[in-house]
Amino acid sequence: MIALGSRVPSGPIEQKWDKHRFEMKLVNPANKRKYTVLVVGSGLAGASAAATLSELGYNVKCFCFQDSPRRAHSIAAQGGINAAKNYRNDGDSIYRLFYDTVKGGDFRSREANVYRLAQISLEIIDQCVAQGVPFAREYGGLLANRSFGGAQVSRTFYARGQTGQQLLLGAYQQMEKEIGRGGVTMYPRTEMLDLIVLDGRARGIVTRDMVTGKISSHLGDAVVLGTGGYANVFYLSTNAKGCNATAIWRAHKRGAAFANPCFTQIHPTCIPVSGEYQSKLTLMSESLRNDGRVWVPRKQGDTRRPDQIPENERDYYLERKYPSFGNLAPRDIASRAAKEACDQGLGIGQGGLGVYLDFAESIKRVGEQTIRERYGNLFEMYQRITDVNPFEAPMRIYPAVHYTMGGLWVDYNLMSTVPGLHVIGEANFSDHGANRLGASALMQGLADGYFVLPATIGDYLASSKLSKIDPGHPEVQRVEAEVAEHTGRLLRVNGKRTVDSFHRELGKIMWDYCGMARNAAGLRKALELIPALREEFWRDVNVPGSDAELNQALEKAGRVADFLELGELMCVDALHREESCGGHFREEYQTEDGEALRNDELFAYVAGWEYSGPGKSAQLHREPLGFEYVQLAQRSYK
Amino acid sequence: MNLSLRIWRQPGPASPGRMVEYEARDISPDMSFLEMLDVINERLMERGDAPIAFDHDCREGICGSCSLMINGVAHGPLRGTAACQLHMRSFKDGETISVEPWRARAFPILRDLVVDRASLDRIIQTGGFITAPTGSAQDGNAVLIPKDTVDTAMDAAQCIGCGACVAACPNGSASLFTAAKLSHLGLLPQGQPERYRRALRMVRQMDIEHFGGCTLYGECQEACPKEISIDTITRMNRDFLRATLSEGRGAVARSD
Repeated sequence: MIALGSRVPSGPIEQKWDKHRFEMKLVNPANKRKYTVLVVGSGLAGASAAATLSELGYNVKCFCFQDSPRRAHSIAAQGGINAAKNYRNDGDSIYRLFYDTVKGGDFRSREANVYRLAQISLEIIDQCVAQGVPFAREYGGLLANRSFGGAQVSRTFYARGQTGQQLLLGAYQQMEKEIGRGGVTMYPRTEMLDLIVLDGRARGIVTRDMVTGKISSHLGDAVVLGTGGYANVFYLSTNAKGCNATAIWRAHKRGAAFANPCFTQIHPTCIPVSGEYQSKLTLMSESLRNDGRVWVPRKQGDTRRPDQIPENERDYYLERKYPSFGNLAPRDIASRAAKEACDQGLGIGQGGLGVYLDFAESIKRVGEQTIRERYGNLFEMYQRITDVNPFEAPMRIYPAVHYTMGGLWVDYNLMSTVPGLHVIGEANFSDHGANRLGASALMQGLADGYFVLPATIGDYLASSKLSKIDPGHPEVQRVEAEVAEHTGRLLRVNGKRTVDSFHRELGKIMWDYCGMARNAAGLRKALELIPALREEFWRDVNVPGSDAELNQALEKAGRVADFLELGELMCVDALHREESCGGHFREEYQTEDGEALRNDELFAYVAGWEYSGPGKSAQLHREPLGFEYVQLAQRSYK
Repeated sequence: MNLSLRIWRQPGPASPGRMVEYEARDISPDMSFLEMLDVINERLMERGDAPIAFDHDCREGICGSCSLMINGVAHGPLRGTAACQLHMRSFKDGETISVEPWRARAFPILRDLVVDRASLDRIIQTGGFITAPTGSAQDGNAVLIPKDTVDTAMDAAQCIGCGACVAACPNGSASLFTAAKLSHLGLLPQGQPERYRRALRMVRQMDIEHFGGCTLYGECQEACPKEISIDTITRMNRDFLRATLSEGRGAVARSD
């Protein structure tokens, strides 16, 4: 039986983090090198944590499945990172960023965590500038900003359309510096396949070397998962092909509660699917909505070229429905509005699944050169994929799965329900509630990795008695053997269907029944289809090759096996949450004009699911959410 | 469209490899090059054969995983485009396409089209960073950086570390990769204190890793998916030269 104790410190919200930092125990500098911390994942959260822990003096081992830590999927984030610097003098403040994030998350996040995030946002920008991140600058040499959805201030810092890349390279370089110094040992092309829990504490991981297939255990004093989100459960998403939930899912099966698994973010502006062979979807940054106007024809089945459709026959539906935020309405709202337009038969292009994102007016207003400076690389990317030049014709876009707000449950110290197992970045259930605002993922990943975890993990280590573990410990051997058996089982099925064909089918079930709009009947149907598909997978999957070689089909098979279990939990969670909030839209619960209708009386809590064993239903635990500072209200962007 | 493929197959680092022919039928021109390989792999697996191993991840041209030599050209025929962003519409129906891994002494082949590029990470380890431990930074606006400077630094910072420059270079040199990092950090005011030490260490690490020397063929900038210019190499050579000269006088050694 687990308990979801948030361990939020007492006192006024502005002072909680400072007070907590003072009250936490410290590890003496000379003792830090006696501790080993295992960091899994090398994205913004993992790399920044590994680098900072090593600078503090801890021994760090860092693991990633890519061939280099520089390739973690944080690298693909385009638009920017938020910080409450108020450099624009437009009324921003820590309190406003806190307020916008709690409201943007539709009141399903923990106030104290979000406030801390807003506080730390300032230091992140400073840290990144010091590392040499080439943020965009004004002619006077000061940092530039742009606007993002869900905010009426301009607080997003950016490096062209490659902000994630530049921030990740900053963290990666800081970590490489520590690798060179000997503080961090890096294990690339290494996949975590299980968690070792001894005497109730996370003490190690079991990994597979993806080149030789060797299964090994790594032991330490604490484990940190920064392994990203699980959007690839949908098969088609904007995530990189390798992104997976295996680390967090297997930790869940070892006792870590999984929080709000149904909270997924569908991003409104992605390039639509073009065929069955499609392997992934490409995001077009939200920053484009600063200058692009979203519209559909007013008439159904209007097949005229967009430039042939006169102004009065176009519906700029975001500007019409949400005049105060317009095209910069938050992601969940903009996505749903696009779906609604397409459901009404107004969608454009192949299959009627698309809306226009039009830059004609901005190009006329500020000139082609300015637009090219702002979004040049995004326009090129769009043209390369679609063969259409967005300077000449509007982009065609459609929502796609992009991010998961749910994840492993963590307390204020970012520790899961397994003592010693910490979870950072997108992998935890995070500070974004039921909907994440644009440019906040980078902020959260770096806040966790640079500033929060390095402080809180010391408190855990200093206040725990951790004995040395012998690698021959029977429990270590047992978990290793289980991993080898699981891998062997995948190879032994020797069926007829490829791993991808199962993944595609699962993705379709998730998109149809647990996607942008959900209802009880659909979710019940999915809960029949997924176990049946899982059963078929274990009966008929075909994984060629052996476990003692570089075997990409085997890697995929392990990940899809986990997605087939996680997908079911997502539907269970979506079915139980009988309200609409943020990205979780239950068709049964909506206002008269089709907006999400929350039920604060019954559902103002974090749903933490406890694994109860194979074939058994997960057990629900609730962490009630209190709102002392931001008043619970129906979210309005009108 | 229908294509003939010639693909390098090699079961492991120590085994010999060879080009194997495959027929690729019913390929849509809208597929990306990697999606075409996915389709071939699905077909191979359906008949029980081992799929072709290749590195890939983001498929948006930013992670730098993909590393295919297509018809002898790193990342294929489209300028400024990584293989994952290359679409089949760039090829003609009936064409024969050969696909090989990056070939360089510093990039040993692991399997089929997958190579080991850890040597690039080791170059970064020796100096491809600014020493700024977490917590020590001043306000982000405390140092003014002219827009032109940061734009030029960003042009170099865009490097995705794919290694196409090495694969394209007749000498197997990593000069463009190293020079891009040296330019990014060396142009910015924050990067000045370590500028010459950085140049010295990173350039020497290239030799240790068995990358070749630069003789200014210029093939690297043609192959670079981010179109990084060999101007960066000029900058690297200048900094390296200055660093070696001051090293002779003990200046760099003292700052070490």
